Amino acid sequence: MAAIPESAHPDAGGLLGWIDRRFPLSKLWKSQVSEYYAPKNFNFWYYFGILATVVLANQLITGIFLTMQYKPSASEAFASVEYIMRDVQGGWLIRYMHSTGASAFFIVVYLHMFRALLYGSARKPRELLWIFGCLILLLLMAEAFMGYVLPWGNMSYWGAQVIVSLFSSLPYIGAGLVEWIRGDYYISDATLNRFFALHVAALPLALVFLVIAHLMALHEVGSNNPDGIEIHDHEDAKGHPLDGIPFHPYYTVKDLVGVAGFLLLFCGVIFFAPSFGGLFLESPNFDPANPLQTPPHIAPVWYFTPFYAMLRAVPSFAGTQVWGVIVMGASVVILFFLPWLDRSPVRSIRYRGPIYKIMLGIFVLSFIALGVCGLKPPAGIYPMIGKVCTVLYFAFFLLMPWYTKLDRTKPVPERVTGHA
Amino acid sequence: MLKSWVLISTMLMAATAASTAGAEEGIALMKADTDITNTDSLQRGARDFMNYCSGCHSLKYLRYNRMAEDLKIPLPELQKNLMFTSDKSFDGINSAMPPDAVTWFGKQPPDLSLIARAREGGPNYIYSYLHGFYADKTRLWGVNNLYLPATAMPHVLGKLQGLQKPVFKPGSDAGGGAQVELVGVEPMTPGTMKPEEYDQFCRDIANFLDYAAEPIKAKRQSMGVFVMLFLAAFFVFAYLLKKEYWKDVH
Repeated sequence: MAAIPESAHPDAGGLLGWIDRRFPLSKLWKSQVSEYYAPKNFNFWYYFGILATVVLANQLITGIFLTMQYKPSASEAFASVEYIMRDVQGGWLIRYMHSTGASAFFIVVYLHMFRALLYGSARKPRELLWIFGCLILLLLMAEAFMGYVLPWGNMSYWGAQVIVSLFSSLPYIGAGLVEWIRGDYYISDATLNRFFALHVAALPLALVFLVIAHLMALHEVGSNNPDGIEIHDHEDAKGHPLDGIPFHPYYTVKDLVGVAGFLLLFCGVIFFAPSFGGLFLESPNFDPANPLQTPPHIAPVWYFTPFYAMLRAVPSFAGTQVWGVIVMGASVVILFFLPWLDRSPVRSIRYRGPIYKIMLGIFVLSFIALGVCGLKPPAGIYPMIGKVCTVLYFAFFLLMPWYTKLDRTKPVPERVTGHA
Repeated sequence: MLKSWVLISTMLMAATAASTAGAEEGIALMKADTDITNTDSLQRGARDFMNYCSGCHSLKYLRYNRMAEDLKIPLPELQKNLMFTSDKSFDGINSAMPPDAVTWFGKQPPDLSLIARAREGGPNYIYSYLHGFYADKTRLWGVNNLYLPATAMPHVLGKLQGLQKPVFKPGSDAGGGAQVELVGVEPMTPGTMKPEEYDQFCRDIANFLDYAAEPIKAKRQSMGVFVMLFLAAFFVFAYLLKKEYWKDVH
């Protein structure tokens, strides 16, 4: 049931023919969708790409409607959010879709990246695809941080205060840089205005371009799969991979199932627990921004807490806190080098030995533990856990060239093994 | 697929359990047992709020007419009995406090529109707070609060509840400069209400403030049921469609 008939051709008549003589519509549809061959053995982990796309669309569309009612001014922002929640028709739904979408974005992106660690999707020839993905994560973090400031609640204010102040620890340029970011001597109306501009125009635009580049790179090199082997090594007479199936209709209908499952969870949160126990919408943020009253405990939103915990894990040294900032930055930057750190002769975890499986398990547990530590006040056992897990997080990457080479591997099959 | 689901849900559960564990600091909140769909309770809460609280506390994000509609209070009745600070039903609920009230209490009485969402525990916090006043001669109004130490608020409901006295950890107040540890309160002088009546009174106000913090809440939850049913049905059809298409993939 290809939406565009096979006969579509520049010589064909009708509207489509008219368009095709002027714009490669049928050609694009065929090359990118109906005749883009994807491995037939995608499993559960391969839903998160389309889900990230769905969440991106959700954020863009709900964001546009929020922008119509929101007032980016320190004196009106908080009240305008309540206006959206109470007086705008359906405003509460749009707002919850957007606020829940922010958390959902990080959930699906983290799982999407975990998939790459499982099946070696960052490995040659997909290095640039992976790098575009890392850049998307980086932009997403900036986008989420600035979006979190906009409701101008007390946690918005103090979160921004803490995060922006981090830059002041940089030697020489620190103080001037922070002033430049804030546009003022403290977090103020000027800061809110520029964060709004970046959040609704600059960053989404850059994000969409990067997502397009990510998809173009993907369609150039083709998708990896759970067996981590190239399906284009075995092609039929027409040059189609034997283990490949056209993206449309096979994966469009399959992704529909994944999207439906995701929406069940997503709407469950929106309608029954939009604050998600204070993790998605934090209670101090229902108090308006107050420069004179610090919340009892300042913590970033949950999706930043693993990185925040790493920042806090590093003690000050030689009279400066900059080391923590460097470690936090490095924890994201190191992701970019993954394709070159992994020296295993095989890609997929299915054919790797026990060392990689154990290291990956430790890495995942450390990341979650760091996330929990970042939510907690730095007291009791948490600083210790934070320090240990920071070391483990970096060990996963920095020791990778050795343990992936050392590790036993199993023979890799010639053809993909079944489909889920 | 099942394995992945188990893996993810275990990870999420572990993370949630770890992040909620050890959240309790200080004295545990009482359980308010409120019900946002109980209109009678909300109406009583609105009446009591207007009579006992709105003198000092505004609900500036809640409009009179919105409240009347949601709580099924006829507008004329609302205007006659509950609108003390405005004659326009589309106005927000303002308090009668002058701006210099800060000099009376040391603090401007806060707007309570969002209090049920701004405090951890929500309605439980409000219910507990209203139960937490105890006699303390060192404070300006002669009372302190178990759940908000050094509160600036007088015990407005003292006549209803009666006065309570603090209970200290045995031995902790026995001189010697030991740290005094407050562990609870107990009745000292009776009020005009029986304890059960006062419980219900506080429950209604907590319920009403929970409503005021998010007027759409009850509707959101009832709408959610239909959304979930639709999506569940959609999921089934999407799955059947996928199965049909994938029949020829081997």
